Amino acid sequence: MAAEPTKTAGGDYTLAELMVAAAAREIADGEVVFVGMRLPLLGFLVAKSLHAPEAVGVYELGIIRESLASEPILTMGDLPNLRRSHWLADTADMMALLGRGDVDVSFIGGAQVDRFGNLNTTLIGRPDRIETRLPGSGGACDLACLARRHIIIMAHRKHRFVDRVDYITSPGYGDGGDWRRRVGLARGGPSAVITTLGVLRFEPDTREMVLASVHPGATPETIRDNTGWALRSASDPRTTPPPTAGELAMIRRFDPHQYWTR
Amino acid sequence: MPKEKRLSLPDAIERFIPDNSRIVMGASLESVIPFAAGHEIMRQGRRDLTLVGPISDILFDQIIGAGCVRKVQAAWVGNVITGSGYNFRRAVESGRLETEDHTNLTVSLALRAAAMGVPFLPTRTALGSDLFRTNPGLKTTTCPFTGDRLTAVAAIQPDVAVLHVQRSDVYGHAHAWGNLGISREACLAAHNIILTAEEIVDPDVITSDPNRVVVPGFRVGAVVHAPWGAHPSPVPGHYNRDHQAFLDYREASKTPKDFTEWKAKWVDGVGSPEDYAELLGRERMAQLAIKEHDYSEPVDYGC
Repeated sequence: MAAEPTKTAGGDYTLAELMVAAAAREIADGEVVFVGMRLPLLGFLVAKSLHAPEAVGVYELGIIRESLASEPILTMGDLPNLRRSHWLADTADMMALLGRGDVDVSFIGGAQVDRFGNLNTTLIGRPDRIETRLPGSGGACDLACLARRHIIIMAHRKHRFVDRVDYITSPGYGDGGDWRRRVGLARGGPSAVITTLGVLRFEPDTREMVLASVHPGATPETIRDNTGWALRSASDPRTTPPPTAGELAMIRRFDPHQYWTR
Repeated sequence: MPKEKRLSLPDAIERFIPDNSRIVMGASLESVIPFAAGHEIMRQGRRDLTLVGPISDILFDQIIGAGCVRKVQAAWVGNVITGSGYNFRRAVESGRLETEDHTNLTVSLALRAAAMGVPFLPTRTALGSDLFRTNPGLKTTTCPFTGDRLTAVAAIQPDVAVLHVQRSDVYGHAHAWGNLGISREACLAAHNIILTAEEIVDPDVITSDPNRVVVPGFRVGAVVHAPWGAHPSPVPGHYNRDHQAFLDYREASKTPKDFTEWKAKWVDGVGSPEDYAELLGRERMAQLAIKEHDYSEPVDYGC
């Protein structure tokens, strides 16, 4: 799910552009990336065109690209994303890559996230008393279970950052510690949460989310005020580096009408 | 010679999709969604359907809005570039629609299990998630060989798979290219297959490239000539995605009244592909058409 409409963060870029740049920096060169929709799609394209030229894009609908599409796209199924790609195949083939552990990193958004990085995109309320029905998992649960790590991108609001999600669509670290291993998940888990206010990461032992960096214009206080549990900070949260001129140029090349990054 | 299977779209839907059918559609995810066939189901006012699919985009939302659906077994229902599917939301939140929550992988495995004639297939996805609470077709199980904890995905047996393809002969031998999503397992699992095709071609065109065939032709029940039959989704070799239609649909589905007006114009008022083309307009069709063709190198099947 997209971040909610974002305001200018200050300087010559939007908050969405800052988030895309932060997402791009999570991708290392040569990694196999299970590419999602919206800001993550842009993050992959930016990484691929700057510091990670050897990154491979895997798209759940059955596409592998080792090169950039020739034109900007809004969905993974747009024809420029198929043209001159490196494999057009079945969703099951992409899922096989995930299942075997061949996918290094993936990205997802959500409506609700909790202190252990569990993500909800299915329903607000209870299954027997649904207040708001959301679209569902798509491939999000699959990548949260099977990728080597995943990154969550979402709007930072108190009603979205909750102590416990109403429904776990995409597992994070459950109730913390070695929960993933106990439920049978062989690997993975969220490595970062990129929000409209900052970047959060997970403590190695407890697997609890902690504040790692604060976006320009935000403060640790505003972040805590917008988080539904007593959020702890890394000993020295830094300031999220603003997008570089090179990153901004690429973001604007791939989202020329600012559909995702206004 | 095999039997000719060419039917009009109304006849194909009438014959193969009665009330209470379980149908898999939109199997290629964002691409090649069989909108024309879905709209015919809405025009014929089918009731109590079960829709099966991966992400489905707005087609499921439309068929749900028309009151045709009792249950959805899908990974995602909404509008890919805008988010929520408003008809889906209204139907679930008011208790009119039953849902079974899948992931793209579990829905693929559910169909693959049916295709292989086994009651379930195992996977490591969904472990630790709440999908088990809202999908009776998912249970945890223990591997008889390793003792590993696994998810068992129950088979889903559709009555009909509806697939939109670039070209088919009148016997149901068809070429599809592009990303295939869960098309293969959907068609292998279903009792019957309806193909809607941009072009009806000579059988020799199909046999010239058998690797391009996606479904066993002998299992196809109906072949329908449906040019622009996947609009507004994209079809490789034919037309690009009509993003504006998806943006417009967001506004057109916000309230039941808006949706009724949208449906009157884009579904009820359309009797043929020609009607639809007229509604779309020459200029918009030209904008969506392939601007720069890029043909593959032929391969040699000679002996």
